[in-house]
Amino acid sequence: MTVATGDSLVCPGGPLLLRGCGTYTDEDGFEYPVDRPVVAVCRCGFSNRLPWCDSTHKRLPPDKRPD
Amino acid sequence: METMSATRATALPGPRGPLSEQVMGALRRDPARLTPTRPPGATEEDAALTLWVLHELSYRGFGDVSPEAEWEPSVLALRRHLQRDLEARLRSRWPGHEFSTETFADDLMAFIEADDGPSVASYVHTQATVEQVLELLRWRSIYHLREADPSTWTLPRLTNAPKAALAELQYDEYGSGRPDRLHAHLFAQAMEALGLSTRHGDYLDECPLEVLEMNNVMTLFGLDGRLRGASMGHLAAFEVTSSVPSSRLVQGLTRLGMAPEIIEYYAEHVVADSVHDQIAVRLICAALAADEPDQAEDIFFGAFTCLDQEARFARAILGRWGVAA
Ligand code: FES
Ligand SMILES: [Fe+2]
Ligand SMILES: [Fe+2]
Repeated sequence: MTVATGDSLVCPGGPLLLRGCGTYTDEDGFEYPVDRPVVAVCRCGFSNRLPWCDSTHKRLPPDKRPD
Repeated sequence: METMSATRATALPGPRGPLSEQVMGALRRDPARLTPTRPPGATEEDAALTLWVLHELSYRGFGDVSPEAEWEPSVLALRRHLQRDLEARLRSRWPGHEFSTETFADDLMAFIEADDGPSVASYVHTQATVEQVLELLRWRSIYHLREADPSTWTLPRLTNAPKAALAELQYDEYGSGRPDRLHAHLFAQAMEALGLSTRHGDYLDECPLEVLEMNNVMTLFGLDGRLRGASMGHLAAFEVTSSVPSSRLVQGLTRLGMAPEIIEYYAEHVVADSVHDQIAVRLICAALAADEPDQAEDIFFGAFTCLDQEARFARAILGRWGVAA
């Protein structure tokens, strides 16, 4: 995972917040355009809008939620 | 290009009792002569409508009321009286909640996520009719046509860290500099596509007490700097409970074949509010509680109040549709 610029924040049980990146490149090298000041990248793997978090993590049992 | 009716001035709503009747009459004629007391016959709905009208003077006002009315002492005196009454009722509903200052963000997130109030979105997902959805949108329009505005008032009341975070969240709500991406505008475009009025307040007359009150709560928390903790707690609960219901609404509205604009509005909130909820809880509320520990309890009070108001709204509309909540 690479980020051009900006800060990041790991949210326990939820996504990774990234601030101020023009694009986001996932582990497989796919590049996604970013059109908001902060994005939430899914860490649970169950989002229906990958790579972004769609709050599906809230519906997962505690042991399936990312640390 | 034709101006969207969203930019036209709001009209005064119809009265719902002696208080709102008297107040709106005075606002039209001479706001300085308003009597700052609540007559004995005023119902809760009459008082809530009156407060909504008085609050409205601090947003964009009304076409037929002088802008001078906003700061007229007699208007402010009545507004304060009605706000105190509302706040006392809200505080009497708040059972309190244990939290730790070390794990404030996680405790707040867990408290909000544990909410199990009745869900309008679940009903819309699988069962609602187009008529029912249109009614829901008309009721929701009182807030969504000015989405994000009440919490903006809290901005200058905050210390640096929560202020920077709130500004970032609001920047996204306000379209990140693009007027066509402003959330209130996306909602107005959807209303237009559905053949509904986009002028703010046009559907107020059909909205019950629960809708008036939930809007009054947000304005009260925003306008009163003393209630900055409650304002930000309310915002956090609103954002945390938005994304999952928005996905259900996307599915329900797609099932009903409704206009793409309204589906897009909720789809935007699935993703945006998965960011906003973390910002609100971790970067706004936790930072506010760290900088001003005396606000911590009120952050939970505000979050509770948001969930409580949403539950009352859900029971009102589901009850109207004959659905057990
Ligand atoms: S982390 Fe939110 S959906 Fe995966
Ligand atoms: Fe929004
Ligand atoms: Fe939001």
